Amino acid sequence: MSALRPDLGIIADAVPARSRILDIGCGDGTLMAELRAHKQVDARGLEIDPVAIEAAMAQGLSVVQGDVNHDLADYPGDAFDYAILSQTLQTTERPDLIIGELLRIAPRAFVSFPNFAHWRVRLNLLWRGRMPVTRLLPVAWYETPNIHHVTVSDFRDLVRAQGIRVERAWYLSGDKPTSDAAASWRAEHAIFLISRT
Amino acid sequence: MASLLHQIQHQSVTIGAPLPLDSGQVLPSVTIAYQSYGALDADKANAVLICHALTGDQYVASDHPATGKPGWWARMVGPGKPIDTDRFFVICANVLGSCMGTSGPASPDAVSGAPLGMHFPVITITDMVRAQAMLLDHLGIARLHAVIGGSMGGMQALGWAATYPDRIASAVVIASAARHSAQNIAFHEVGRQAIMADPDWQDGQYYGSARAPTKGLAVARMAAHITYLSEEGLTEKFGRRLQARDIKSFGFDADFQIESYLRHQGLAFTDRFDANAYLYITRAMDYFDLAEPHDGRLAGAFADAKDVRFTLVSFDTDWLYPTAESRRIVQALHSVGAAASFVELSAPFGHDSFLLDVPALDRIMAGALGAGW
Repeated sequence: MSALRPDLGIIADAVPARSRILDIGCGDGTLMAELRAHKQVDARGLEIDPVAIEAAMAQGLSVVQGDVNHDLADYPGDAFDYAILSQTLQTTERPDLIIGELLRIAPRAFVSFPNFAHWRVRLNLLWRGRMPVTRLLPVAWYETPNIHHVTVSDFRDLVRAQGIRVERAWYLSGDKPTSDAAASWRAEHAIFLISRT
Repeated sequence: MASLLHQIQHQSVTIGAPLPLDSGQVLPSVTIAYQSYGALDADKANAVLICHALTGDQYVASDHPATGKPGWWARMVGPGKPIDTDRFFVICANVLGSCMGTSGPASPDAVSGAPLGMHFPVITITDMVRAQAMLLDHLGIARLHAVIGGSMGGMQALGWAATYPDRIASAVVIASAARHSAQNIAFHEVGRQAIMADPDWQDGQYYGSARAPTKGLAVARMAAHITYLSEEGLTEKFGRRLQARDIKSFGFDADFQIESYLRHQGLAFTDRFDANAYLYITRAMDYFDLAEPHDGRLAGAFADAKDVRFTLVSFDTDWLYPTAESRRIVQALHSVGAAASFVELSAPFGHDSFLLDVPALDRIMAGALGAGW
């Protein structure tokens, strides 16, 4: 695999060959291109930024301009094998409803997000009394697109409450995996593979 | 003017088979004028069909025989260009009903030999597509790598997806729509009325006379031309500036630059276009609604097109075929599961952006045709 962002690398490894995927917030199509090239995946993308879409379309990728908050409704149920929402959940208007939409258009979904309970974030709040600006949360509070910060524990609670199964989870500290038990403190990134029950 | 226009010789083929039309009438044979660029592969798999817009023609990348101007999409089509004629065999045919060598209202009646005029049957976008399919049959091309079009050309590309989905691998639809809106029809009706109100129109039988409805056609073109531009583009290019004078004339000369520009556009158009063809083609566009045969459900038109790769592009300043029309197509394609790409590009030129210098469109076109993968 090429130099994919670590969470995308994990998702790229976990997606079965020749599956149908929708990459929501696909950016310039890096993950889609990887999946198309190495796993013959039928990859479609949804993205809001026209410059990123143009870059994806220039590679011949099937990316549609749209807004995750409103345009998932255009996709019929079970249109895909996997929905992928990487580093986008915390930017949506209603993450709880988005997760429901993911598992409507596909039986399984990958969801990755920066863990707001990472120890650096906690220290920032505890000792400095300020909203954290870290490697994964690099933007000041007043201009961050992250309007719904979420922690590993929050996410586990939400999917449990929605009756959604967690098939697998990966936690990254830096670019290295960290354990399930330590994830709440040590994970900078979390990646969940969820499915309908 | 029209008589000079009809003296131009075009490369064409006459196909003796009947062409059944949506109206229920039948053309006993059809002549199709076309240009081609590049070479057809031995397996005939590299053919690309470009569909032209209302007042376009087959001279997509070669000088226009009437005006001497470069082809209307010369910036897009050619060796090493986004539609690369070193890779693809590119075909562009004059649409049915037009005036550059394909069967239309100026064509002779089979019996009398006189120009048909208004006896030519009313045609539709799908009829144009059927005629193109007959040309491909004649050329021995079973399946297109891509069908590409902007504006009315995009309607034909959509028509291909609806009528011959298994004959196209991909469709590129730029600044277009799956139906004509009330506003679209309204502007066309203004143009048609201008032509038919011209006494020189003579109920369409002007071909043999010394008079042709050039005034009416020029007014039609002036009205239409406004719809191809954006307000901000007009303001930037002309503003309220006066034409070759320092003060207003307090008369009805073309005081303003925009008036002078439109008059020139209208008049120049009559050198290269036939008024009756303008009536027939605008009618075909007005009748266009891909959802109509499917109880208003656009997805029904694409039911058999799920294996076609679609690329759609709209422009933020295009108020003739606005982004919402492209989104409607995308939604229909989602519901049948077809692979679709769509982006609204930012460009200042209004509807005409698809013909002009928009580098992002070039990159998207190359991607849609499979450059780099």
